[in-house]
Amino acid sequence: MRKVSAVNLAAIAVGIAFLYLPIVILVIYSFNASRLVAVWGGWSTRWYGELMSDVPILDAAFISIRLALVSASAATILGTLAALALARFGRFRGRLLFAAMIYAPLVMPEVITGLSLLLLFVAVAADRGFWTVAIAHTTMAMCFVTVIVQSRLVGFDISLEEAAMDLGATPLATFFAVTLPLILPAVAAAWMLAFALSLDDLVIASFTTGPGATTLPIRIYSEVRLGVKPEMNAVCSIMVGVVGVAVIAASLLAKLSGGERAARAQP
Amino acid sequence: MQSAGSKRGFAPWADPGAWPLLRVEGLSKRFGGFTAVNHLSLDVYEGEFFALLGPSGCGKTTLLRMIAGFERPNTGRIMLDGVDLSPVPPYRRPVNMMFQSYALFPHLNVEANVAFGLRQEGLAKLEIARRVADMLALVKLDSFGRRKPHELSGGQRQRVALARSLVKRPRLLLLDEPMAALDKKLRGETRFELMELQRRLGLTFVIVTHDQSEAMTVADRIAVMDQGRLMQVAPPAEIYEQPNSCWVADFVGDVNLFEGRLGDDGLSVEGTAAGTLRVAAKSPAEPGQVVWVAVRPEKLRIAREQPSAGLDNSVAATVLDIGYLGDSSLYKLRIRDGSQVKAAVANIGGRAAAAPAVDQQVWLSWPPEAAIVLTR
Repeated sequence: MRKVSAVNLAAIAVGIAFLYLPIVILVIYSFNASRLVAVWGGWSTRWYGELMSDVPILDAAFISIRLALVSASAATILGTLAALALARFGRFRGRLLFAAMIYAPLVMPEVITGLSLLLLFVAVAADRGFWTVAIAHTTMAMCFVTVIVQSRLVGFDISLEEAAMDLGATPLATFFAVTLPLILPAVAAAWMLAFALSLDDLVIASFTTGPGATTLPIRIYSEVRLGVKPEMNAVCSIMVGVVGVAVIAASLLAKLSGGERAARAQP
Repeated sequence: MQSAGSKRGFAPWADPGAWPLLRVEGLSKRFGGFTAVNHLSLDVYEGEFFALLGPSGCGKTTLLRMIAGFERPNTGRIMLDGVDLSPVPPYRRPVNMMFQSYALFPHLNVEANVAFGLRQEGLAKLEIARRVADMLALVKLDSFGRRKPHELSGGQRQRVALARSLVKRPRLLLLDEPMAALDKKLRGETRFELMELQRRLGLTFVIVTHDQSEAMTVADRIAVMDQGRLMQVAPPAEIYEQPNSCWVADFVGDVNLFEGRLGDDGLSVEGTAAGTLRVAAKSPAEPGQVVWVAVRPEKLRIAREQPSAGLDNSVAATVLDIGYLGDSSLYKLRIRDGSQVKAAVANIGGRAAAAPAVDQQVWLSWPPEAAIVLTR
């Protein structure tokens, strides 16, 4: 074990404080008994209770969760298919272009993704609402899914699929009996990440949403513009919890799928 | 000298009326500019244990993968039971393969691995359970059915892979270096188990190996391959005793080659490094043609004194080095023109004091029938 010096310890403390202090303050103030946001009035779970009777917020939360379920599932299917194409079809014509186009949204500013999708939906005269946001979130999340699933497929022993076919399994049966079970941890991790991405997206959703499809981040943002209400602290704390659990579960699953291989290599 | 038959009196290839189970005709496979298999033809007969032997990269695994259906040949045909396999996908071929890496499904236990092929056929659950149990008993893994592959030793995994590929009773079982991952001792035992299994089930095996002693032990016939071509196809004893070229003689076992010109009587080779050498069998080559006399190291005798003049060939030599192998010793010697000769002597008398030592002058001799004449 390397010795941790005082300087290193201080650097870590400052770094973590920089990242998490605002969130910690948010969570603490969500338990503030006072209606005034800046004044500490003692501990209370009052705002969590009031949240339960705040119908617009509850509606928005319900829409966001449905949206995250739909877009995460669609992005996982599409992203996994793209990863399979990149990992399996060898060097087909236009592979590099295909890979670049899959990965581009990773670094594309959300404003551009949102604006271009808005222009598309206007051009095809689509009614903006739940489904346009779902499509937009699928587009945004599928590149993350592809990256995660492809990293799992790189270490995949292709002779396992050959063995399945040799034993009489059709290509489709091989996929469901051998390939999918083996990449499942990565696929599940990708789904969790896509779910979290959809749940906390504000920019793309505000470009592509329409009447009746106000997501939770949009609702929070519009409420906060009129002044911070204590209920917002409570709802944000819950979101931090949900997203945190999803991201931690995703990284644990990804680690499991990598660690399993290492464990198998040992006698 | 060994006849064309094999060690168990099984020789359908010598019968002109016999139909081959597997017939490969003019098969070629190119990867880009590299030709892995080059216009290759061969026949394998029902019940045969057939070995493809060659150095790595000679195309033997590519040939096996084409028979299994994982590679598409550029030209030629593969016929099984007289049916062209070209349009048949791997999952419909009555052929199973045992992979070098075993390719056991890591998420399934031993039973489910073995049952996989039968499940694809849609057999009844009871029937599957019965056949899986029988097969696991056959490979002595009855009590390991619930284990996952990573909970097994290398030898056990190898037997699971074997059971999984045998349980469907394939017309043809392909084995890709099935013993490469085992340690030496286990490999020796597994060879005999594999032979016994093949005879007991009466199946046809095609094995790919780069290990010549493995091929010699298990196979009825060996196909020696180099650079995508067949060099010789014959029973092990014939490959060893009557190789058809210097390449085969050198690849399978050790050999001493003396280059010279065939004499007028066809029974002597003149102008070699060891002088004029007598051979027993008449060579098909023309007198005066360049030929090689091949003698295996274990057929050479080493003596202190010059052997009495007879029909045997003899040559004076100096001992350069002695490799002690336990059961035998390998001598490296130099003959008068400076070229090196290898001789193997069985250590029958223990550490006999009479054995020649390094730098000693000795005589090497061999009877004419111990050598053969090669033309290429």
